[in-house]
Amino acid sequence: MSDIFPKWTNQLPVKIIAGAILAATTGVAGVWYYFTPKYTRVGYQPIQPVPFSHAVHAGQLGVDCRYCHTDVEESWYSNIPAAETCMKCHNQVLPNDPRLAVVRESAATGEPIPWVQIHKTPDYVYFNHSAHVNRGVSCVECHGQVDQMDEVYHAKPFSMTFCLDCHRNPAAKLRPPDKITDLTWKWSDDPEAAAKAQKENGSKFVTDWKVESMENCSACHR
Amino acid sequence: MSEVAIPPTLKIQAPPAELEREPLVLNERPPGWISDRITSVVEGKAPRWWWIGLSISVPLMVMLFCVLAYLISTGVGIYGNNQPIMWGWPIVNFVWWIGIGHAGTLISAILFLLRQKWRTAVNRAAEAMTIFAVMCAGIFPLIHIGRAWLGWWLFPIPNANSIWPQFRSPLMWDVFAVSTYFTVSLLFWYVGLVPDLAVMRDRSKTKIRKFLYGLFALGWTGSNRHWSNYEKAYLILAGLSTPLVLSVHSIVSLDFAVSQLPGWHTTIFPPYFVAGAVFSGFGMVLTLLIPLRRLCNLEEVITVRHIELMCKVTLAVGSIVGYAYGMEVFIAWYSGSPYEKFAFWNRAFGPYWWGYWTMIICNVVVPQFFWSKKVRTNMLVVWVLSIFVNIGMWFERFEIVITSLSREFLPSNWGYFIPTIWDILTFLGTFGLFFTLFLLFLRFLPMIAISEVKGVTPQADPHHPLGGAKPGGHH
Repeated sequence: MSDIFPKWTNQLPVKIIAGAILAATTGVAGVWYYFTPKYTRVGYQPIQPVPFSHAVHAGQLGVDCRYCHTDVEESWYSNIPAAETCMKCHNQVLPNDPRLAVVRESAATGEPIPWVQIHKTPDYVYFNHSAHVNRGVSCVECHGQVDQMDEVYHAKPFSMTFCLDCHRNPAAKLRPPDKITDLTWKWSDDPEAAAKAQKENGSKFVTDWKVESMENCSACHR
Repeated sequence: MSEVAIPPTLKIQAPPAELEREPLVLNERPPGWISDRITSVVEGKAPRWWWIGLSISVPLMVMLFCVLAYLISTGVGIYGNNQPIMWGWPIVNFVWWIGIGHAGTLISAILFLLRQKWRTAVNRAAEAMTIFAVMCAGIFPLIHIGRAWLGWWLFPIPNANSIWPQFRSPLMWDVFAVSTYFTVSLLFWYVGLVPDLAVMRDRSKTKIRKFLYGLFALGWTGSNRHWSNYEKAYLILAGLSTPLVLSVHSIVSLDFAVSQLPGWHTTIFPPYFVAGAVFSGFGMVLTLLIPLRRLCNLEEVITVRHIELMCKVTLAVGSIVGYAYGMEVFIAWYSGSPYEKFAFWNRAFGPYWWGYWTMIICNVVVPQFFWSKKVRTNMLVVWVLSIFVNIGMWFERFEIVITSLSREFLPSNWGYFIPTIWDILTFLGTFGLFFTLFLLFLRFLPMIAISEVKGVTPQADPHHPLGGAKPGGHH
């Protein structure tokens, strides 16, 4: 057989197997990291037509989320405010600021501001904002610390795991209904005491408010 | 070595001529002849029938790929599958092809463990048939799921959706049963091929053939140690494959039996399916080997006795299948369940009566001809009957899948299945794939296990006048 395969080929199978294992591991690790929403979705921050700062409005000035997103408690959809909402203040505050030109134009003509949507669920997923915010799920759980973002970016992965993590254990996330839009709120500054309070109150909220947090497919894929 | 005189009293008397079994290789052919004859199929010029076969099967295979591309890009709506018959032809074809695969494992594993020496002439081709049939079968569930690119959801792979296969579903068991079956069959086939690949390597004239056969022969030298390891590996694989013969089709049957549907929800399904699978598999082996032994001039290796023995297996399992049909009908009546009764009445006399009676004729009546030695030894008749077996087994799966779904509990949900042209073309296309692979196998690998056949020739027996150690000879 030496005329077909030289001696060095004896090591070849081991090398090929080692190489294949290495390649497979790299492939799996690569897919794991680069192909999941933790990488593909988190950090998405498109350029918006108006450089609106949530940090200034919601954080510094303390405007409640619901001042602009008025329908979030009644509707499945959390609405983007019309330019009129902005103009309530901005016809007095910075009335001639060039950064607000698009807003003024929109208010005058009625043409909506072409905001770029950041947080999307796929069309085969049913999500209802009102069901969540009326049962003690804060905005911060899905949207992150928007009150500290100059311009909004995608803070959470929005994978199915992300939804299910909470649906499988809602007691760990529920908070008093009046604290829903207080994005920095905590039970206590002491992390141990906060965890204890969450544990005590979370399961109580689940029973009291009849939180179903369904896990069957048709809960979201209707 | 010196000659040892054997005292005449110790000489073993030859059995009377009428008790002598027909030898497994006729005309006392020597080992060299066996090697030459079997490898001539691979080494000689490709015969005309091979080119004709390939020129039919390759276009069919290409058509299959085109249909699959159309299906995947468009959706399963191009098939006749619709409420209430969502399973349609793809599952009929899946079960049919996977059933055909069973003869290969039965011949290679169970008959090996039972020391049935006649298996050696047919096992290689039967195992190849198994592997190609399982490949054809595997296509159907994959395309049938609709979004084929999500097929990986069938496997327990951690993912960002936090979802996991439903291990309580028999459809899930099916995935593992079939993939295990395919893997073990492939390994078993390959391990058996290694000594023969070395034969092919050593006989090769061209460098490229020498290289390729040498690559897959894994450095086989035929040394004692190689043979000893080989025999052990082969025995272990035979042991592993044996439960698979029973498990795979049992699990396929559970796809049906675990559901609540009348006509499916029966405990007889696993053994009944296994018998049916072996039956259809032997049908296909006969269909393939009867023309091949003639076309490849291998009538002295795959003898009439081989064909006869396979006919007997077909008769035995065919009778079990017939018994199962009878028992299904009996239990439908004896259970007192009106739904069960209706399901079987509907099969025999409902809108699909033609399928039922085709099945009964092909699977129950046809194998009974094999009681006659005259039929068993007439190759043309056996070949025609084996085709009926294949047809009958397709109709069996058709009856099970289609009739039960077409008339279930809710009469407002009744329907009638009409296949579309794409259903038919896909099924035809899988024949193209199967025969292309099989014809390529014939031309590139020895279709009979050369080394094993030599071991079962009459002269391999040391007591045979032509066999064993020759006095004074170097061996």
